[in-house]
Amino acid sequence: MTLTPEERVELQALAKKVRQHTIEMTHKARASHVGSSLSMVELLVVLYKKILRVDPSWPDWPDRDRFILSKGHGCASYYAILAETGFFPVEWLDTFYSDGSRLAGHATHTYVPGIEISTGSLGHGLSVATGMALAAKRDNKTYRVFCMLSDGECDEGSTWEPILFAPHHHLDNLVAIVDYNKIQSLGTVKEVIDLESLAAKWRAFGWAVREIDGHDLDAITSALTSLPFEPGRPSCLIAHTVKGKGISFMENKLLWHYRSPQGEEYQAALAELEESE
Amino acid sequence: MRTAFIQELFEIAKNDPRIILMVGDLGFGVVTPFMENLPQQFVNAGVAEQNMTGMAAGMALSGKIVFTYSIANFPVIRPLEQIRNDVCYHNANVRIVSVGGGMAYGALGPSHHATEDIAVMRAMPNMIVVAPGDPVEARLATRALVEYQGPAYLRLGRAGEPVIHKRIPPFQLGKAIVLREGADITLISTGGILPEVVGAADLLAAKGIDARVLSMHTVKPLDVNAVLQSAEDTHAIFTVEEHSIIGGLGSAVAEVLAESEGPRPLFKRLGIPAKFSSEVGSQQYLRSLYGLDAKGIAEQVLRALGVGR
Repeated sequence: MTLTPEERVELQALAKKVRQHTIEMTHKARASHVGSSLSMVELLVVLYKKILRVDPSWPDWPDRDRFILSKGHGCASYYAILAETGFFPVEWLDTFYSDGSRLAGHATHTYVPGIEISTGSLGHGLSVATGMALAAKRDNKTYRVFCMLSDGECDEGSTWEPILFAPHHHLDNLVAIVDYNKIQSLGTVKEVIDLESLAAKWRAFGWAVREIDGHDLDAITSALTSLPFEPGRPSCLIAHTVKGKGISFMENKLLWHYRSPQGEEYQAALAELEESE
Repeated sequence: MRTAFIQELFEIAKNDPRIILMVGDLGFGVVTPFMENLPQQFVNAGVAEQNMTGMAAGMALSGKIVFTYSIANFPVIRPLEQIRNDVCYHNANVRIVSVGGGMAYGALGPSHHATEDIAVMRAMPNMIVVAPGDPVEARLATRALVEYQGPAYLRLGRAGEPVIHKRIPPFQLGKAIVLREGADITLISTGGILPEVVGAADLLAAKGIDARVLSMHTVKPLDVNAVLQSAEDTHAIFTVEEHSIIGGLGSAVAEVLAESEGPRPLFKRLGIPAKFSSEVGSQQYLRSLYGLDAKGIAEQVLRALGVGR
């Protein structure tokens, strides 16, 4: 499927909105992980507007597609897309991280409609997603299970256990998306533990793999509307992204894994978003 | 006990498609009938317990009742964070089944001794801890755990344990079974050590000591009333478990007694010292080494009571 010009404009506007929320939330909360939240905004926007069969008015709809944010630290933009698509009031976003809030600093399912499972410790989400996909196959259900991983998370041995398992069981209802923003906690992925060739690794384990620019709305839409990439195999979408995408001084900077936008930086970030398309 | 468990689960699963048996590539010969007859309800996760446990949570959150199955520490401590975050946090219907509780795999060495499992599982929020004392209790526990909502740990022995219950006892999770009444002291047992405890009660009877024996098949939630009642009725309480002295049944009972405003009976925990065994041997050999065979238990009780042999 390709996007019409109108659709593209709509998705761009939503991406901008989600980025604005992300800056506001991490500013107000003095929270980390703004860079990790910004790198996956286009992926979330396409998923929630064009791909996932979900119903905000019935979050527990049994036949819904499942989405698991395994990189739970990137939750600011995740909460924002859920609010913007109607799973809960946008006002909740103002409470992010704060005392008595529902919105914790890692994706949390308790009292937050639309969140399948709580995450935060890396290397958990893909196993749970694989279990859900296996249950769907056993029950002849048609729902699909999407799991967003970080690149740093691919250091976890437990990430590679379901990567080994899912192709053996032909789980073509399972989709792994790697937000490959190339920066992890203490350095670039290349410096810490080089994942290259990441696509070749997933392929060698039996996954059908595609690589795209993870900020290209058309490329994301095109890939995720042609699932499974190959019948009988789980699909892996490696999305090449930019950490801190959309705020020029945050892009590709390790610092913004941790730093919260304050003062002039906060104002500059919002101004840059305002001027963007 | 493992045979009793698997037979019972197989019978229930035939009529309940929600039940999934997920193994970590273990159970040769034991799980074969289940695997062959109910392939849609069987999963071999391979030698990958973290993924096994995470997948079990995912299946449980999709409507299944998943029994993960492996031996000793493999399904328990190896994937501990998956148990905590994926299973317990989401209150998922996963039952973690470990075969070889205590030193059942004695001669295989400490890597195969499950001697801290009860302590670790007790500490997990939402998790209940069940350790049947004989094959009859194992069957009853299996049936009860199908009905139960939420995460559970089922600690089994191996195969060939003696049947202690000559009749089917009333069984309720969280409710101790009184195996025999006694007026002098109380022996509280959990898990596969039960036959030794019953044997110890016989030896003590021969010394004129009338011991109540409780099978505390559920360590969490603990049957607090049964403990407090024994504190009222008898003047000494001994806990017996094939588990580290730290954090298991003995600790659970101690917590209740320490906070109780009722009578203060003599209290002693019998278990395995909190260290790795440097001795090699069978379960029976190791039990006798730690004073946890019938004779050793009786001797420890007599010593604590100050009764000369």
